[in-house]
Amino acid sequence: MTMVNLTINGKQIQAEQGTTILEAARAAGIYIPTLCYHPELRPEGACRLCMVEASGARTLVASCVYPVSEGLVVKTNTDKVREARKTVVELLLANHPKDCLCCQKSGDCELQKIAADLGLRKIRFEGGETKAHTIDCSNPSLVRDQEKCILCGRCIRICRDVQGMSVYSFAGRGFNTIVSTAFEHDLKDAVCTYCGQCASVCPTGAIVEKDDTEQVWKAINDPDKVVIVQTAPSVRVALGEELGIPAGSIVTGKMVAALRSLGFDKVFDTNFSADLTIMEEGHEFIDRLQNGGVLPMITSCSPGWVNMIELKYPDLLPHLSTAKSPQQMFGAVAKTYYAEKAGIDPAKIVSVSVMPCTAKKAEAQREEMCDSGYRDVDVVITTRELGRMIREAGIDFAALPEEHFDSPLGTGTGAAVIFGNTGGVMEAALRTVADVVSGEDLPKIEYEEVRGMEETREATLNIAGKEIKIAVVNTLASAHKMLDRIKAGTADYQFIEVMACPGGCIGGGGQPVPVNREIRQKRREALFDCDRMSELRKSHENPEIKALYDNWLGKPLGEKAHHLLHTHYSAKVR
Amino acid sequence: MKSLEDLHKLREKLKADIKLRKDEGTKIIVGMGTCGIAAGAREVMSAILDELAVRKLLNVQVQQTGCIGMCEKEVLVDVIRPGEPRITYGKVKPEDVKKIIAEHVVNGRIVEELVVGKLEQE
Amino acid sequence: MQHIRAHVLVCGGTGCKSAGSKEIQLGFAKYLEEYGLQNEVMLVETGCHGFCEHGPLVIVYPEGTFYCHVKPEDVKEIVESHLYKGRIVERLLYREPLSHEQVPNYSEIGFYKKQQRLVLANCGAINPEMIEEYIAVGGYEALAKAVTTMTPEEVVDEVKKSGLRGRGGGGFPTGMKWQFAKNSVSDKKYVICNADEGDPGAFMDRSVLEGDPHRVLEGMAICGYAIGADEGYIYVRAEYPLAIKRLRTAIEQAEKMGLLGENIFGSGFNFTLHIKEGAGAFVCGEETALMASIEGKRGMPRPRPPFPAVSGLWGKPTNINNVETFANVAQIIVNGADWYCQYGTERSKGTKVFALTGKINNTGLAEVPMGITMREIIYDIGGGITNGKKFKAVQIGGPSGGCLPESMLDLPVDYDSLIAAGAMMGSGGLVVMDEDTCMVDVAKFFLNFTQSESCGKCTPCREGTKRMLEILTRITEGQGREGDIELLENLAKNIKETALCGLGQTAPNPVLSTLKYFRDEYEAHIKEKRCPAGVCEKLASYTITDACRGCGLCARNCPVQAISGKIKEKHVINQDICIKCGACMAACPFKAITKG
Repeated sequence: MTMVNLTINGKQIQAEQGTTILEAARAAGIYIPTLCYHPELRPEGACRLCMVEASGARTLVASCVYPVSEGLVVKTNTDKVREARKTVVELLLANHPKDCLCCQKSGDCELQKIAADLGLRKIRFEGGETKAHTIDCSNPSLVRDQEKCILCGRCIRICRDVQGMSVYSFAGRGFNTIVSTAFEHDLKDAVCTYCGQCASVCPTGAIVEKDDTEQVWKAINDPDKVVIVQTAPSVRVALGEELGIPAGSIVTGKMVAALRSLGFDKVFDTNFSADLTIMEEGHEFIDRLQNGGVLPMITSCSPGWVNMIELKYPDLLPHLSTAKSPQQMFGAVAKTYYAEKAGIDPAKIVSVSVMPCTAKKAEAQREEMCDSGYRDVDVVITTRELGRMIREAGIDFAALPEEHFDSPLGTGTGAAVIFGNTGGVMEAALRTVADVVSGEDLPKIEYEEVRGMEETREATLNIAGKEIKIAVVNTLASAHKMLDRIKAGTADYQFIEVMACPGGCIGGGGQPVPVNREIRQKRREALFDCDRMSELRKSHENPEIKALYDNWLGKPLGEKAHHLLHTHYSAKVR
Repeated sequence: MKSLEDLHKLREKLKADIKLRKDEGTKIIVGMGTCGIAAGAREVMSAILDELAVRKLLNVQVQQTGCIGMCEKEVLVDVIRPGEPRITYGKVKPEDVKKIIAEHVVNGRIVEELVVGKLEQE
Repeated sequence: MQHIRAHVLVCGGTGCKSAGSKEIQLGFAKYLEEYGLQNEVMLVETGCHGFCEHGPLVIVYPEGTFYCHVKPEDVKEIVESHLYKGRIVERLLYREPLSHEQVPNYSEIGFYKKQQRLVLANCGAINPEMIEEYIAVGGYEALAKAVTTMTPEEVVDEVKKSGLRGRGGGGFPTGMKWQFAKNSVSDKKYVICNADEGDPGAFMDRSVLEGDPHRVLEGMAICGYAIGADEGYIYVRAEYPLAIKRLRTAIEQAEKMGLLGENIFGSGFNFTLHIKEGAGAFVCGEETALMASIEGKRGMPRPRPPFPAVSGLWGKPTNINNVETFANVAQIIVNGADWYCQYGTERSKGTKVFALTGKINNTGLAEVPMGITMREIIYDIGGGITNGKKFKAVQIGGPSGGCLPESMLDLPVDYDSLIAAGAMMGSGGLVVMDEDTCMVDVAKFFLNFTQSESCGKCTPCREGTKRMLEILTRITEGQGREGDIELLENLAKNIKETALCGLGQTAPNPVLSTLKYFRDEYEAHIKEKRCPAGVCEKLASYTITDACRGCGLCARNCPVQAISGKIKEKHVINQDICIKCGACMAACPFKAITKG
């Protein structure tokens, strides 16, 4: 590693050769504002906000792409620089709606923050033309308002480089340039998985999750409805960020209390149904392994991932586990088993789920997801939306007491909680599969072999005397590669876990923003803390799950389970 | 083509084809006024072109000109070798062509018996 | 077989072709046969002569007679009179615009006399579809010399020594560029020829490709040898079908002769060429956008560094030059850098081809030695301003260049003088404007072009040029505000500082240069709501003079009933109602209505 010496604002600093001025400045604690730059995306140098003076350069340079060099002298705060930055932001605002106060992104908007930071008080180009577009709210997950788009291209880059989907690209020229889907189709007609990564990197309100909070408020305030809620594993380690609590804080108890304060009748846990998923999926794997089923079997909890394989690799669908995702298993059980047990007319139940994910909204609306006889899950809101509801209700989140989930769908094991990060479903499954196959209560709980943040990992494990080769994949770009290998016959795994988002659900498209590698790492560590603090750490040990099978479902993969907890997939053509 | 020499050889061969577009070499000018044509200038011209082709004299330009007022001496043929006086031959018949080319154009010896005029070049 | 005594060169450049030169060519074939001359007169289709204003052009050798505006019905006369009888068809000769003298010979025409045709030497003189003609005039000698007698270092050094600078825009020293690419270590390198000629009115690259394609291929191959590349791309816009066709023919012929391909001249040097057709986006002339386009991506520039010489096409070291630059290379190698250096100035060597357009008598292509004055180009070569009008300004360097006024006419035309004057060499577009031109309108025109051709990637270019255009538009519409000039200047300054690529950084130039030299015109528009040149419709006012006979035609033609008056008495226009459509002026039989 070669280090070079440079000066930024008179401060002598060292930086690794090949890094940019921006990286060197940030490492030295010097703030340079950015918009199109995102730490996890290839820099484009497009917005021209991060301009600085650099010795030897003819004009100002974009610090996000300009490499450091020995003896370079950089100034980030001269009059010239400040004027240039202000002009850039002024130009962006001149072509941007001014209804910030009513914008869903208000408060989280990077453009808004930068305009405030730069002290912009006047836009000199009033009365000029502004772009005019209709809003795309064609789909259950995402809303695109191109009038708010500042053409930073982050959505294009994340969709292409991280997710391998390339839904968006620039189209048009000059002032008429837009971020467009193919043929300017609405997202419902584009090859979009609704993973929401674009929304999580969009600096403005141009791409946001579809806000379903009104539906929830309406249900809560309807005296005829019984409103129950489930919360996904990764929500409890991210929700705090929406409410001023540092990243990586576990806020499970406060979250339950907040949900009760909001008026939910019962507060349940998706961890319960995550354990149920492991029971079904684990037994399905054992069955495929022992009876010559299609291998490798691939997990199916991540709806962005399921959408992707249905859209792009339909011939590989037999590899997908038929087990429903925890959200949908919960929905199916809540309106049957729970309704029966609690003596509630399932027609009166409104089943809400809080998810880290925008694709979950679309998953709940899949035609086949009504095995309970009703819509299994009625409304899905994201972590961000729950944060907004809590703020809207004026709840002092930090001051809330810690409360517990309701029963009988409120108990989850440590295996369930790690579902929220990459490798977690695999590890949870292994914990159960190993015990079931060996018929013992094995002491091994933690499978370090499958943990990590790399996008593709693999391991060969000895499960009850049998060698099993597994792989864990996160991000859809890596999933594409894995499926290509399966097609080519070069993926000799028995079991593969795929999650659509970087790091798994902790990096989901519905999680609080901003998000980056560091924040995801903190959320992930918090999830493992939850696991370690759990008394029960194997799904099959969950007493509520045991009761469910004993009293109502029968056995895993049994007839009732098959009807309620398993699904099918089909090629989707758009 | 495998070497510089190959290219040079080819060029020498091809050069003649476009020589015409450069103002160099010997010029033969045939009077093609109405009088000249009536006296058989076309036939003389054809004979010149044939003879040049037979002798592969690629370096010679053939031009025409109109009536110069010596109509009784048609067909008039001028030969100008680079740096030498312009020689005008009169009453040229196709059968004279071989001699004019062999003697004058190729060897620089004026065919005195046919000469009707001589003009020093400026 | 007969001796070929005459060549008839029919121009097959795009200009002449669209003026009907194909028919003329067919006519010649027909009449030569009719007069029995088909074996002694050779018919040749050539590339562009650059004198397109006067096309279709026919040149007859050995006399070098230059016929212009030839129509199909003239062909029989040329064959009978000139080729059969030796009498020049005088009515088809070129006439000098100022002296009205007839000029029979190609080389005597004023338009050509002051030119120094090095790059264009073969354009119009040889058949571009026959490699034999190129070889006959010395073609591929340079490539042979380079690969068999010189080391790559020597080639780069010779180009460096020649002082050749890029002919496509910024004027970066070509030899240095080659050196950078040569210094990059890689298993694969590329040579790219930028033939994405996009400046409005510029067509020198097209003419070279159409008229002398082998010259470009030879230059590229020499570059490939010098930098260590074995593959090249010619990125040429799809709107140049003839250039593409001739390039394809040329590549095919060169490959057949072993002048491209493997082991060229037995030297072990391999070089293959591909043609990539561009879809005609102006920004694809920017080298990083061009490479993105070749890679199949949207043509958008990317920040530099890394420069293409380090990481270019598909991440490999790449050298990009434009057509005219490559067309200069062979003669430098054959004749040596010292020979080349005799042309041009201290820091701008050689010649430059300009495309003369606008209010100038001889529109067309002119190649001149660097350092010649603008006055010589416009008056001696260009034949002065049309209709005897007064010169006002010349826009040089395409839409990103600048407008220079009369006081700059004696400016020597070279890279550095132009930059100092607020313009640039660009690709060599020269638009001449006369006294009837409104400079604010001109600035608006060019900005409108760059604004709509912006790739939309960076904020200053995408949004900033739009706002500048809006301000210019309102000024020309009489809505200019106090402070607009300062706002334009401020925006222009910031765009120049912050835009990502050359297109954005130079987009404000037409505004800045017109503000510098014609500020009073801006002020007249803003403060007096007046367009001094009478161009801006919304600022024009129509008035009826005493020449009015009271016929009432104007009133009847006015669509908004703004004109009143009794029959046989002078009429008046109500300025508050008038929409400045000009219908009255057009209708008046007595020229009694003036616009000002």
